[in-house]
Formats: sequence, structure tokens, C-alpha cells
Amino acid sequence: MYDWHEIGALDDVPRLGSRVVHTPHGGVAIFRTADDRIFALRDRCPHKGGPLSQGIVHGHRITCPLHNWVLELESGQAVAPDVGCATRYPVRVENGRLWLGLNDVVSLAAVT
Amino acid sequence: MKERLILVGNGMAGMRTLEELLAIAPDQYDITVFGAEPHGNYNRILLSPVLAGEKTVEQIMLNDLDWYAERGITLHAGKAVIRLNRARRQVIAADGTVAPYDWLLLATGSDPIILPVPGNDLPGVITFRDIKDVQAMLDAACAGRKHAVVIGGGLLGLEAANGLMKQGMEVTVVHLLDVLMERQLDTEAAALLRTSLEERGLRFLMGAQTVAILGEERVKGVRFKDGLEIPADLVVMAVGIRPNIQLAKAAGIHCERGVVVNDTMQTYDPRIYAVGECVQHRGQTYGLVAPLWEQARVCANHLAHFGISRYRGSVTSTKLKVTGIDVFSAGEFGGGPGCDEIVLRDRARGVYKKLVVRDNRVRGAVLYGDTIDGSWYFQLLREKTDIGAFRESILFGQAHLGDAGHGGGNNVLAMPDEAEICGCNGVCKGVIVKAITAQKLFTLEEVRAHTKASASCGSCTGLVEQLLAATVGDYSKTSREKPLCACTEHSHDQVRKVIREQHLTSLRAVFDFMEWKTPDGCHSCRPAINFYLIAAWPGEARDDAQSRFINERVHANIQKDGTYSVVPRMWGGLTSPKELRAIADVADKFQIPTVKVTGGQRIDLLGVKKEDLPKVWADLNAAGMVSGHAYGKSLRTVKTCVGSEWCRFGTQDSTGLGVKLEKMTWGSWTPHKFKMAVSGCPRNCAEATIKDFGVVCVDSGYELHVGGNGGIKLRGTDLLCKVATEEEAMEYCGAFMQLYREEARYLERTAPWLERVGLAYVRQRIVEDGEGRKALHQRFLASQQYAQIDPWAERASGRVDAHEFQPLRRVG
Repeated sequence: MYDWHEIGALDDVPRLGSRVVHTPHGGVAIFRTADDRIFALRDRCPHKGGPLSQGIVHGHRITCPLHNWVLELESGQAVAPDVGCATRYPVRVENGRLWLGLNDVVSLAAVT
Repeated sequence: MKERLILVGNGMAGMRTLEELLAIAPDQYDITVFGAEPHGNYNRILLSPVLAGEKTVEQIMLNDLDWYAERGITLHAGKAVIRLNRARRQVIAADGTVAPYDWLLLATGSDPIILPVPGNDLPGVITFRDIKDVQAMLDAACAGRKHAVVIGGGLLGLEAANGLMKQGMEVTVVHLLDVLMERQLDTEAAALLRTSLEERGLRFLMGAQTVAILGEERVKGVRFKDGLEIPADLVVMAVGIRPNIQLAKAAGIHCERGVVVNDTMQTYDPRIYAVGECVQHRGQTYGLVAPLWEQARVCANHLAHFGISRYRGSVTSTKLKVTGIDVFSAGEFGGGPGCDEIVLRDRARGVYKKLVVRDNRVRGAVLYGDTIDGSWYFQLLREKTDIGAFRESILFGQAHLGDAGHGGGNNVLAMPDEAEICGCNGVCKGVIVKAITAQKLFTLEEVRAHTKASASCGSCTGLVEQLLAATVGDYSKTSREKPLCACTEHSHDQVRKVIREQHLTSLRAVFDFMEWKTPDGCHSCRPAINFYLIAAWPGEARDDAQSRFINERVHANIQKDGTYSVVPRMWGGLTSPKELRAIADVADKFQIPTVKVTGGQRIDLLGVKKEDLPKVWADLNAAGMVSGHAYGKSLRTVKTCVGSEWCRFGTQDSTGLGVKLEKMTWGSWTPHKFKMAVSGCPRNCAEATIKDFGVVCVDSGYELHVGGNGGIKLRGTDLLCKVATEEEAMEYCGAFMQLYREEARYLERTAPWLERVGLAYVRQRIVEDGEGRKALHQRFLASQQYAQIDPWAERASGRVDAHEFQPLRRVG
């Protein structure tokens, strides 16, 4: 089960841009594409830990700012031939507000 | 229902077209392929290594039968198409199969020429064209037949002869002319080649005209015009190829030597396209693979109804694939009116190199024995590079320029597998070769994607290209202008031109007008186009933050741990106690871990947290400092020496001029970073001669130097001219920067740009054309009024891009 947290408004995230949400388990990057889809990935590139939130969003992909790895926002998977994966988080938009789903374990960790 | 596409000819050109087509329009057609040979598609270029026993047939298959099945392609292997019915849009095969098409692609290739002499149909007389021929040759060698005669001393003939010799036969090569490979080699190189092949055991009969093949049941010998007869158990005819146009011709499609196509690879029947060796384009036919690749790409683009690509013909290069013998040839190697030849001949080492040069541009090349620089010369040829600057040493190769990266002087083939090719990404030779073979890679881009070799700084590109050529055969690049990125077919120059001519002022307009293949570009094209827009239409085009690399978006340099570095501007390298105090205070207040002096005479604060950036900037602004743009493709720094104000040798006020230059140029965006320096005397303490624009003061004025850089490939500047006054120095500087801003490609520094266009061109625009210089300078100043706004002050105020510096939310 997920614990849902309200994290802000859709328009707080620029189109083709990204914002970071700090969680007990580190940064989560929230991405907004040109067609207003919202995605959330752990803010660490599987290659060398680069902050994905600082990259360039194009299509439904993100390019890491450190060494230009490209990841699919939907799956978190690196685009072939690179191999790697960034953790995905569920995110949804309701009445223009953004909700981020964090795992129970994460939430528990936050409490304890 | 999907439209039906039929490909006639299951060879490399046709299949490459299908692969290109499937990549851009995977579901557009129901595809059927007819091939006369009973296999999938294989790499015909590698038949020579198969014959020589260096590769197996399995190793040269490109598309096996499963490949067709997986993509839902119907393959009729072993069915030759004998007739086209254009009225009913049908192809008819020899076995009676009739298949209807909406679109037809002809890739019927070429046929080897059979000499019209008696006995040419005897068993044992073959050509060298397909797997069947190779099999026949291998069978003959296995059956213990002894004498092989190869008619034709061209590329194919020599490869066949070499292979047969390796299979244990005694081989005589018969050639009509006195020069081997006369289409590719001059007399000198041909003689060296002949000597070397004779040492390996081949025999040559030069100037010999074949008049008859002798024998009753099977070939027994060959007779020549002068009456000489030699014994032969196997005769291989390799005297040339002829485009295979029977099918098209019989169907009434316009043919000359080949099937005539236009720049979209369309034949005179608009429903029918053609690619490959059967094609005649702008009067040319091609028998090498590289042009086929380009034709395939263009043809696929039109079959997918994109309609935005043209084939303009190819410049080709050739290599002989005989192991241990290195021969390379490209362009107009024979020379001609107005051409010079630059020649290096070293008989003892078996090395011969000749470059044909006209107007300081390479027009052709023949290399024998040492072909390591073949791809470099071919690049110079294709890009029409001005070689004036290094003409005197050009024959010593690229390594001599200090450029080829890591051990470029070594023969890459001789390197051990664990030799590091790419120093940036730590990729060894063995890894690259393995990737090329296992993943069936053909292009530099593919090798970059799969191995990361040459994907960073690019200095090992030459070595990787050589590995590619050595591993897969002659996949030389051709003369096509490279597309800007995978999102488009258009090159940097085309995009710039369209932005200017169509007055495009936004990325969206460029994507729409130029029919981008992706909805919003990628990390390669967006920053480039954004720069082209603001350079072409200052004040009008909106700078798109989301199309800027992170450093330019947040006006600081991202570090490996995700923190940033901050470099305040110090005009001409001058600072003051007040500024230094403010920097020290900032470092204390925000607990900045590292403070370092940079190579450009500035102070770098490293390890600043992103959230702290606006506050750090506010404090620095308060002390009168602005952004140093140490993070941008922009003017970086003007480095100076102390000059006549203090130095006993100084001839002019270099510090003062440096400050003026920096005040004039700061904030300007450029294709790549731009560095300047001003030295007060020829001792050049500010190192002005390795800068993009450098001034060396002398007693009588100012020497202006351009196009230098440190970095991967050290390049000293070229002297642009000498001027008398500071005002002139400023004007020339502005004009030079503007020319670079308007004409260089994004991420091209002044050094490679200058080498590409030539110093003479830049001199003409800046020095000789006074009116033009003034206009350039004015345009530079005009664009500066929109650029000279301190980005730090804007952001420290909290009114610009505040979202960039704060987390959206803290949870838990």
C-alpha cells in the first residue's frame, strides 16, 4: 500500500522541467512533460548517481546532466544500449494538485 | 488495409532500405521480399575473407530467416523475379508466383561481366559475386585442382586471387592494362602492390588480352592474343560489374547504364523506387557500399512519406581487403589541371603516400603500406578543409598534429585487445571489436551508443573508425552532411539557414517547419536550436530555459555530487580587498568547502548547495560582483598581464584593454566557450596565443590572434592582423565574435571552426572587408543589449526562476 502525500500544484512544475521532493529516503524527482504527464523517479541516475531532476526532459524521457544517460520516465529504465533502472514512484494529479505515493516502509521509516 | 511494398533483390542495399524504413515507420507496409539467392541477406563485402578462410558464411549473415519472420516480412528466397506488370502492379517470379504491390523497390544489384570469348561457359569458369561462387572456388581448391587463373587485376580480382592462393592453389592474375587496380591506384602504388603480392606467391600477366578459354568437358587453359597458352583448372572472371537492369528495362522503365533515379531514389515510374548498384543517379553508378547506405536512408524516408531527404551523390573511398597489405584510395587521385601532388615515398619500408591538393583542399589520396591516416585524409577531403596550416606536415599524419589521442601513431590493428582506445570512458580495443561483431554494428554512432568509446571528448574517433573499418569491412563514412541529431535529417547549417530565412523565433516553429521526428527534440538538438534562435533573433526569440543544459539554466557549474560551483566575475583578472573580503565572508557563511584559483584568473567557490545559490549571489552582488559565466557556452574570461602600468617590459596597458574587452563582451552567448587574453608584450605572460581571441601588445600597436585553445587538442592561434589602436582592437574583437556566433556550429570551438572554414575566409570577412567588419561589430553590440543582464542579480531577487532553487516539498 502507498501513503499518498500532497506535494504541490501541477503548475509548480514547469513544462519539460522537474522539481525535487525531499523524502526520508532521499530526493524524488517530479517530471512534467510537454503533454502534461507527470512522472516521479528517484533523483539518482543508475549510472553514477547524477541528479536526474537537473536534466533535460524530452518526449517521455530524461537525460542525466552528468553523462547524458537517457532514461524512460514511465519505467525508469535506461534507454538501450545502456542498462540500469531508477526507482519509480506513483504520482497522480487531482484537481490540479499533485499527489506522490510513498511506500509504507518509507512512511514507517519516516515515523520511527 | 496496409499498403503493400515489394522489394526485388534481397541484398545489402535493399535490406538496408527496409531496416531504415522499419526504424521510422514500422507499421506502414505489408512487406514482401524476393531474392534470387536461397539465403537471408549477407554481407557481400566479406566474401573475400570467407574465401581466404578468415570468416565463415554464418559470420557474414546480416539478416537470417528468423529476422524476416519476426518482422512479419514474407521472404521468397531463391525465387528470381522475371517480369513486372506495371499496369496491374504485379511482380511475376520464375516459379509462377504473382505478387501485387502498391509500391515497388528495385535493388537488383549488378552482374559480373563475362568476357565474350569462346569457352566462357565451360565448367570451371566462374565469377566472384555471391556465396555460390565462393563455394565453387572452395570446392575447386578442395578437389586438389592446382592452377587458378583470375582474369582482372582490379579490387575484386586481387581479393579472389589472394583467397585462392590461401586455399593452396597456384594463382595467375591476368590484367589487360599495365597497372593493377587502375581505378584506384596510380602507377607507383600499383607497382608496390604488385611486388608485394608477387612476394606472397601470386603471378601476374600484365597487358594480356584473353582470347579463348580452352577445354572440352571442363576448363583446361587460357589463350592470349599473343598466342601464349597457360594451364587452368579454374578461371575466375573479375573484369567488372554491370548494373542489372533487365527487369526494369523489359518493363519499360527508363534505363541508361543503370536504372535512372532522381534525388529521392524514385524511377521514372513514380510507384517504383530503386537503390544500390543497379541505380544510375546524376550519371553515376556505384559499386561500393558506403553510397548504398546513403541511398537507403533517403529512399526509406520517401517510402515512409516523410519527403524531406535528398541524395546528392557520394564521394567514395576504397580499401583492399587483403590481410597484411594496406591500400587506400579516395577521390581524384590522378590529379588534373591546377592540382599539386604531395608525395612521400619510402621503398625500403614499403610506404607510399600521395595526396592530390588543389587550392589548399585535399582532392584525392592514394596510400600504400601505411593507411592509418586514410580516414583522416578522407574526412579532410569530404569536408573540404583548408589544410594551409598543416600542409607541410600533412603526410606525417594526424598523430603528428598531436591530435589522434592515445597512441594514434600506432597501427590500431597491431594493438593488443586490452589496449585502451577511449581514455575518457576506459574502453579497450577488445571490447569495441567484440561489440562490433556481436551486435553487428556498422556506424560510429552505433559503436558510441553500445560501448561509449569516442562518446565523450571524441579524440579517439579516428581510432574507433579504423577498428570499425578493419572489423566489418569498408564501411567508410561518406560525404553526407551529418544530421544535427537523431531527431532530424537536417544538418546544423540547414537548421540555421532556415531559422534565418523563414524568420523562425521559437523551438516549436523550428520543430514544425522542419518536421522534427520527435515531439520536443532531445538533449542534443534543443540547446543547439535555442542558441541558434537567440543568436539570429536577439531580443525577439525567447530564451527557453528548459532547453538549456543545467549549468546555463541555474548559472552555476554542476559537480559530480550534485552541488554547484560559483565563480564571480573579476574584470580582466583585477580584484580588490573589498571583493576578496566578500568572497571570504560568503565562503565562511555558507560553509563552502573548497576555494580555488582558476586557470582564467578567477576564484572558484566549489561545493555550494543548490538552495544556497541565490543567497550566495545576493551577497556577492552586494559587494559589486556579477556572474562570471564560468558555466556557459559564452564569454568566459579575459586573462591579462599587468602591462605597461607596472611591468618594466610592458608596451601597452594590457590590463586596461582586457577590462574594456570584458566589459564589452561579457554575457554574450557563443557556440562554445570563448576565452580571451591580453598580453602587454611579446613575452606573452597572459598566454594569449592559446585563446579563442588573443591580443599581444607590441610597441607599435596590437597583434590580434584567433582560434587557439588548450584542451584536448592544443592549438596555437593564427595571427589575424595587426592594428594600431585600442578602438580597432575592440572592433575586430566584436566582429570576430559575431562571425563565430553567426556561422560556427553549436559546440564547435573557434579552433575547429577556423580549420574548417580557413583563416583566409575569416581574414577576408574581418580584415579585408571593412564595411562587413563594422556591420558585424554593430550586430554584436546590438545583441549585447539583451545579453548584458546579470543573471545572478535577477535570481537573487527571487523574481526569476525561483522554482529552480527550492525543493517542491519536504515529506516526512
